[in-house]
Amino acid sequence: MSHLTRICRAESVVRKKRLRILWLCFAVILLALPLVTSNFGITILTQICVASVFALAYNMLLGQGGMLSFGHAVYFGLGGYASIHLMELVGNGVPVPLVLTPLFGGLFGLIAAFLIGSFSTRRAGTVFAMISFGIAELVAASAIILVSFFGGEEGVSSDRTMGPAFFGYEMIPQIEVYYFAAVWFFLATYAMYHFSRSPAGRLANAVRDNAERTQFIGYNPQKIRLVSFVASGFFAGVAGGIFAIQYEIVTDSNLNTAASGLVMLQAYIGGIGYFVGPVIGAIVMTLLNTVVSGVTDLWLLYTGLLFIGTVLLAPNGLTGLIMMHTDAYHNRKLATLIKPYLLGMLPLTAAFIGVVSLLEMFSHRNEAAVGDDSMLLFYIDVDISTWFPWVGFTLLSLLGLAGLRVVIPVVRASWDAANEMQILSNSTINNESDS
Amino acid sequence: MSTAISLSDLKKSFGQMEIIRGVNLDIRKGERHAIIGPNGAGKSTLFHLISGHYQPTSGKVLLNGEDISGVMPHEIYRKGLARSFQVTNIFPNLNVYENIRCGALWSCDQGYSFWRQVDDLEDINLKTEQILEKINLTHRYKVSASLMSYAEQRALEIGITLAGGAQVIMLDEPTAGMSIGETEQAVELIRSVTEDKTLVIVEHDMGVVFDLADRISVLVYGKIIATDSPSAIRSNKLVQEAYLGTEMISDA
Ligand SMILES: Nc1ncnc2c1ncn2[C@@H]1O[C@H](COP(=O)(O)OP(=O)(O)O)[C@@H](O)[C@H]1O
Ligand SMILES: [Mg+2]
Repeated sequence: MSHLTRICRAESVVRKKRLRILWLCFAVILLALPLVTSNFGITILTQICVASVFALAYNMLLGQGGMLSFGHAVYFGLGGYASIHLMELVGNGVPVPLVLTPLFGGLFGLIAAFLIGSFSTRRAGTVFAMISFGIAELVAASAIILVSFFGGEEGVSSDRTMGPAFFGYEMIPQIEVYYFAAVWFFLATYAMYHFSRSPAGRLANAVRDNAERTQFIGYNPQKIRLVSFVASGFFAGVAGGIFAIQYEIVTDSNLNTAASGLVMLQAYIGGIGYFVGPVIGAIVMTLLNTVVSGVTDLWLLYTGLLFIGTVLLAPNGLTGLIMMHTDAYHNRKLATLIKPYLLGMLPLTAAFIGVVSLLEMFSHRNEAAVGDDSMLLFYIDVDISTWFPWVGFTLLSLLGLAGLRVVIPVVRASWDAANEMQILSNSTINNESDS
Repeated sequence: MSTAISLSDLKKSFGQMEIIRGVNLDIRKGERHAIIGPNGAGKSTLFHLISGHYQPTSGKVLLNGEDISGVMPHEIYRKGLARSFQVTNIFPNLNVYENIRCGALWSCDQGYSFWRQVDDLEDINLKTEQILEKINLTHRYKVSASLMSYAEQRALEIGITLAGGAQVIMLDEPTAGMSIGETEQAVELIRSVTEDKTLVIVEHDMGVVFDLADRISVLVYGKIIATDSPSAIRSNKLVQEAYLGTEMISDA
């Protein structure tokens, strides 16, 4: 056994052990989360499960295979529609346990992905992106026209409680739906991770990097893409199946291009270079979509700003921001970053509160009834008919931004210091994303 | 059957320009065959034609007696022909280990499998490690390919080509841009891994060519003007004319 062989074996053992612990933590968190939240929280958690599975499936294409799809909600939606129809059948006496619905949705997504992928994956890049967009428009239009399957504008709906109980488990209360979604989330994540470490998954990375070269190591790039595409369609369909059980209704808004755009944002904001990136993105976006949307009408604007901010400032996504700290962690210097980060938070928070308040006040002035001049901003009562809040929040924003200019070099210097010692640091970060 | 590659009246045009103008060549099984010629003669184009990267305008390419003109590159690879590229052609965002492992994947009968785990495949990891040792990149196995030095990337390029253990190896200027020491190492590597294989190599360094090759073909303006043993090529009048005043004379 060579030296490297020994190192690799040892690393492989360590990695496997670490992975087992991670999976265990993941399972425990999924099990325990409902204990610390309300009913509303449980609904959101279920939504996060659905969004995460879908975003992970999407990233099998974008992050791992280098295929930018503008229409992946098609497979989510088709899986969802198929699942609703299955639920109807079950309600009419077909003996299938409804907990298996996502599998059915997945199969439907898989078949659709195979049919469409067999020609759309011939090319990557712009051609693939445009075809995916065209197909999405086509399917969304069909969803309105083909009423028998898609139910037209109202979509199709069913009832998850009509089926036979599965070992006494009927999925009537939200908490049971959550656990159903969580189990599927876990299984799907496990399977997708498994895929990423398989020959097909590794080849997807290779074809993303250099499709031409894969031909000269014995593989047909088109077929590699198709395998990824079909697998991705399957898991998108699984997500659609979970969704169908949760909401008991699927409409064209679940497969149109807006839905496709949303999953792309989630994957990108989370970080397409990391396996868990899309999950982070799905969590953040779902919270924006549910919690923040309950607080402000401007949540879509904030989503857009978050996306632009990510593209410009953190191209590796939120996960990339976290992974920037692996070297500092290995150098045991993470603690040295706490103070500078807290220092940085100060002007950041000021700028955040200032800018958000200004935006909210503008929106209130334009949208609210004439004479309704009072509003609540960050627990403060504000009267926007006076000049005081306008000037105050403008000053706060400017102060925050100026503070950031001062603080950022300090933060950067401490980050550099914490990352020193390891000259190969960059490379280790880089290969972390692929291995 | 003793020919590995056989080209008959092979032609390739790009638009009006005929770049390969009727090449006939038999490369014997087990020989190390060098192709030399001035820049722009069409050596790389010839490689592209043989490996399926380009389709010939006319003529035939036989691999072990089988017609492979018009066959897809990955299928030609599966028939036992692997090639490297003059312009480094690797997987930039994969690390060194993954680059080589991808090169070894097909030979380990994995197909497009999505249930097996690459880390658990003993034979492929062993093969990868052997190749890494041979190309002297063992200590760099975790580094992303795009972050390596030029010479290291060239070594990786060769490694990917060799990883599958193909019987016919084609290397397009493998040592271009390497230092003298690196070139020596690369030549030793090429010599050892092609021990019982067929090698076709394009090379500018005449020292390497005369040292390594059993036979040499000289390609000038899309035509082979001579194919012979190194000593016969050295004294060939036509070749000397074609190479007048270039490195061939000074080296020989
Ligand atoms: N794809 C192509 N399209 C047009 N011309 C090409 C193409 N590939 C090569 N050529 C031309 O063919 C000639 C031979 O190129 P090449 O095979 O790279 O030469 P060599 O490898 O012997 O230096 C050059 O003049 C080059 O410009
Ligand atoms: Mg060339």
